[in-house]
Amino acid sequence: MYAALKNRFYNWLFQLRGPETGVIVLVQRRVFILPTRQGFTFAAVLLLMLTGSINYSLSLGFVLTFLLGAMGVNAMIYTFRNLANLRIAGGRARPVFAGDTAHFIVHLDNGGATDRYAMGLTHDHRDSVFFDVPARTTISTAVGILARRRGILRPGRLTLFTRYPLGLFYAWSYLELDMRCVVYPRPATPGLPLPPATSTAGAGAERGQGQEDFSGLRQYHVGDSPRHIAWKVAARDQGLLTKQFTGRADTELWLDWSLLPRQMGVEERLSQLARWVLDAHAAGLSFGLRLPGTTVEMATGQGHRERCLEALALFEPPANGEQ
Amino acid sequence: MTDPKQPLALRHVLWLLLSLAMVAAPHASRLPWWVVALVATLAAWRAYVGYGRLALPSRWLLLGVVIGATIGIYLNYRTIFGRDAGVALLVVMLGLKLLEMRSLRDAVLLILLGYFLVITNFLYSQTIATALYMLVCVWVITATMIGLHYTREEPAFRHQLRIAGVLLAQSVPLMLVLFLLFPRVSGPLWGLPQDAYAGVSGLSDTMTPGSISNLILSDAVAFRVKFDSTIPQPKQLYWRGPVMWDFDGGSWSVSRFLYGTPEFTTSAAPVTYEVTLEPHSKRWMFALDLPARTVPRASTSGDFQIRAFEPVNNRVRYDMASYLDYSYGAGESRMALRRALQLPPGFNPRTVEFGRSLRAKFADDRALVREVLAMFRNQNFFYTLTPPLLGQHSVDEFLFQTRSGFCEHYASAFAVLMRAAGIPARVVTGYQGGEINQLGNYLIVRQADAHAWTEVWSSGAGWVRVDPTAAVSPLRVESGISAAVPRSDPLPLLVRGDFEVLRQLRFTWDLMANSWNQWVLGYTPERQRRLLTSVGIDDATWHLLTVTMLSLAAVIVVVLAAFMLRRLKARVRDPVKIAYLKFCGKLQRKGMPRDPAEGPVDYALRLQRLRPDLAPTVAAITQLYVALRYGAETGSSKFKVRIRKVEPGTWNPEP
Repeated sequence: MYAALKNRFYNWLFQLRGPETGVIVLVQRRVFILPTRQGFTFAAVLLLMLTGSINYSLSLGFVLTFLLGAMGVNAMIYTFRNLANLRIAGGRARPVFAGDTAHFIVHLDNGGATDRYAMGLTHDHRDSVFFDVPARTTISTAVGILARRRGILRPGRLTLFTRYPLGLFYAWSYLELDMRCVVYPRPATPGLPLPPATSTAGAGAERGQGQEDFSGLRQYHVGDSPRHIAWKVAARDQGLLTKQFTGRADTELWLDWSLLPRQMGVEERLSQLARWVLDAHAAGLSFGLRLPGTTVEMATGQGHRERCLEALALFEPPANGEQ
Repeated sequence: MTDPKQPLALRHVLWLLLSLAMVAAPHASRLPWWVVALVATLAAWRAYVGYGRLALPSRWLLLGVVIGATIGIYLNYRTIFGRDAGVALLVVMLGLKLLEMRSLRDAVLLILLGYFLVITNFLYSQTIATALYMLVCVWVITATMIGLHYTREEPAFRHQLRIAGVLLAQSVPLMLVLFLLFPRVSGPLWGLPQDAYAGVSGLSDTMTPGSISNLILSDAVAFRVKFDSTIPQPKQLYWRGPVMWDFDGGSWSVSRFLYGTPEFTTSAAPVTYEVTLEPHSKRWMFALDLPARTVPRASTSGDFQIRAFEPVNNRVRYDMASYLDYSYGAGESRMALRRALQLPPGFNPRTVEFGRSLRAKFADDRALVREVLAMFRNQNFFYTLTPPLLGQHSVDEFLFQTRSGFCEHYASAFAVLMRAAGIPARVVTGYQGGEINQLGNYLIVRQADAHAWTEVWSSGAGWVRVDPTAAVSPLRVESGISAAVPRSDPLPLLVRGDFEVLRQLRFTWDLMANSWNQWVLGYTPERQRRLLTSVGIDDATWHLLTVTMLSLAAVIVVVLAAFMLRRLKARVRDPVKIAYLKFCGKLQRKGMPRDPAEGPVDYALRLQRLRPDLAPTVAAITQLYVALRYGAETGSSKFKVRIRKVEPGTWNPEP
C-alpha cells in the first residue's frame, strides 16, 4: 500500500509516463534540482562567515557573505538553465550481440543563444557520458548499455544531469525515450562445421557462384574484381562490398533449427545458428534459415545476414517446447 | 570531471594554488616567517607532485607536520585561539590540505576554505584597496571553481573568468538587498579576542614633549565631522580630548578621578554636527569646546572629557552639539583647584622662580597671562616640529635656553608657569582645526591636527582656554599645521597643501573614503534604522526587516531567473519564416495544425483537400513562401501583407 502510494507520488512528481516518442522538450516541469553535498558544505561555510561577520562587526564580511550567498542562488538558476528548454530525441541503436554494449544514440538540440556545458547522461548512475552542447547546435551522443540477453533492449529511464557551473546544485531530468536495440544471440564459439549444402540443380555440391544472376552482396575480399564491387553501397559509407552472382550450378545451404541435437537448449541452439550465419556469410555462401515458425529464404549479403540474425534475436520458442 | 572522486588535472592544481596564494598573500607580512616558509614549501611541493604525477605524501607525515605546526604556533602566540594565531593555523591547515588534495571533492573544499580566508583578511583591513583586491581574489577563485566542473576539455581560463565575472555581477543586486536589510545586531555575539585591535594610533592619556609631534607625522584621519549648518571659524575649532591635571616633572597625565558634574552657562545657540571617529583603541571621544550633549555608551566628566565605556575599536558615529560661547567651572571645588596648582618639587626651579616673580609684579591674573603670552609672542620663541631634546628640567631648558618647541612644549611650559604663579592651570589635548572637504562639505581632522593647549582658572570667569601656541604662531590656529611649521620640517605629504591638483585629488579620495566609511563600513543598526525611516518604514522590527528582505530577495531572484531563462528557445530570425509560422498558427487555431514532419507543399495539398474553399489563398501563400525561402526571390513585405489578410474567422465553416 505504502509502496504503491510512493510509486504514484514519484510518478506524479517526476512526471513519469512511460516511453515517449518524438522530441522531448525539457520544459520547466521536467527539470528537477537539488543542492549537492558541496552545496550544503558551501552553505555551512557561509553560515560560519556570517557568524564571524556579526561577531567582529565586519562590514566587508557581510558584503562577502551576501555576495557569495547571492552567487549560490544565482548558480542554482545557472544549473537549471543548463538543462532547461533543451530538445532531446532518441536516435537509432545498431544491433549488437548479447554480451556487447548497445549504444543508444541521443540527439540534443540547443536552439538557444546560451552555451550549455558539462551535461551527463546515464542509465544506471554509475557510468555516464559527458558532453557540451554549444549554442544553436545539435549534438549526438551515445549511451552505452550492456546487452545481457538476446531480444529487444530498451534503454529504460535515462537521467540527463548537470552540476555546472559551481557544483553546488544537481539538476536532472528523466528521459524515457522510445528507443529499441535488437540484440542478437551471442554466437557460439567456432567449432561446429556448417551443415552440408544440398544441391538443387544436380549432383555437384559446388559453391553457388557464377556470372549471370545477381544474388546479393558479401564483404569485399582482396582479389575481388573491381567490376564487382558495389560502388553505390561504398558511396553510402557502408564499406566495400562485392556483388555476388549465382550461376546455374547452385547449391542450397539451410541452417536449420532441427539439424541441431535435441539436448541443446533453446539459447544454445540460437547461439550455434548465429555462429553458422556468421560463418556462412563470411564464406560468401548463399544460405537460408529455418526456425520453428519462421523461415528466412535463401539469399546472400549483409542485409540477409542481419535479417537472419534478427530472426534469431526475436525468436520465441513455441509453447509446447518441441517441434 | 563531474565525478567528485575523479583525480585532479594539473591545470586545476595550478590555478587553485594561484588563487589561494593571492588570498593568502596579504597575510604573509603578518605571519611568522616560518609559517610563510612552511606554506610556500607545501605549495611548491604540491605543484611539483602535480608536474611529475608523483604520489602525495603519506598521511602520517602530514599528521606530524600538523602537530609540529600547531605547537610552533602555540609557542609563537602563546595561544592557538584569537585572531592572529587563528589565521596562522588556518593558513597552515590550508597548505597541508593542498598535499592531501587528490580529487575534485578535496579541491572544492579548498576553494571554500579560500573564500573563508578572504574574510580573515578583513579582520586586518577594510579599506577600499583591500576590498578591490579581495574582489579580484574572489573572482579568480570562482573561475577556478567553475573550471573544476567542466567535463570535457575546458575552454581557456579567460572564458571561465568571464563566466565567473557575469555570475558575480548578477549577484550584486541580491547582495545589496541582503546587505541593507539583513537585521543587524550591535556588538559582538561573544567576547572578541584580545588581539583583535592593535597598532592604531591616536592621542594617549599622557603627554610628554614629543608625543604629539610624533602624531603630527601621521596623515591618518582621526575623525570626520559633518556640520548641520555652516562650519565654524578655524580658530574656534578646538576638539577637546584628554584633560591633563597631573604633572610629574616630565610628563602630564590624565586624572584618574573625575571631579564634579559638567555644568556651564551660555547665551548662544549650539552648533550641531555628527562625528565619525576612527578607531584609536583608547576611550576618548572628541567634541568641540564645549560639548553639550552626551554620547551613548560614554560618560562626560566635570572637565568635559567624554570617555566611552569601551575602548573605541570600531569606527563610531555620534551626534553632538557644542556651545562655542560659554563659561564654566566658576564654582570648581577646592580640592580640584588645589590639584590644579600642584608642581612636583625639585623640578624646573628657574620657572618656579620666574612664576613667583611674575606674581609679585602682577596682582591681576589676566594681566599676568597677557604678560606671558606677550613674552612668547615678542621674544625669540620658535614653533617647530623638530625641537632639540630636553633634559630633566624640561620647562626650564625650553623657556630659557632652546626656546623652540611644539604645542606640547608651550602648553606644558605655560601651565607650569601659571601654577608657579599661583593660578590653577591644566593642559588639554585634542585636535585643532581640520580641513574642509569642499566636495562633500565636511571637515577632516587628521592625527596631524593633534594639539595641546591650556585652561586657567580664575574666580570670576571659571576655566578659560588659553592657547600659548597661538601667541607664538597665530598661523597654527588660523591656517593649520602646514602653514605654521617651517617648510624644512618633515610633514606628511597629505598634510602639506602645496599642489592644487594634489589637493583636489586628495579631497576626492577622502570623499570616497568617507562615503565608504559611512555607508559600507559604518552601516550599523542605527544607520540601517535611519535608512528605513527615510523610505517610510518607522520602527522596523527584526521581524519586519526579515520579511521585507526575503520578499525583495524573492523578487530579485524571479527577475534574474526570467532574464537568464529568456534566450533558451530557438529564435526564428527569418521574417519570412516568422510570417509563415504565423499563418500556420492561424490555421492551427482553426483545428488544422501542421504536422511537424510535413513540408509546406504537402501541408498545402492537405489543406486544399480538406478545405477546397481555401485552395486559392493557401496555394498562393505557399507558392510565395517556397519562392521566398528556397528560391531566388527576395523581399518579405508583400508576403507579410498577404498573411496579415488571412482571416480564419471569415472562412466558411467546414461542411
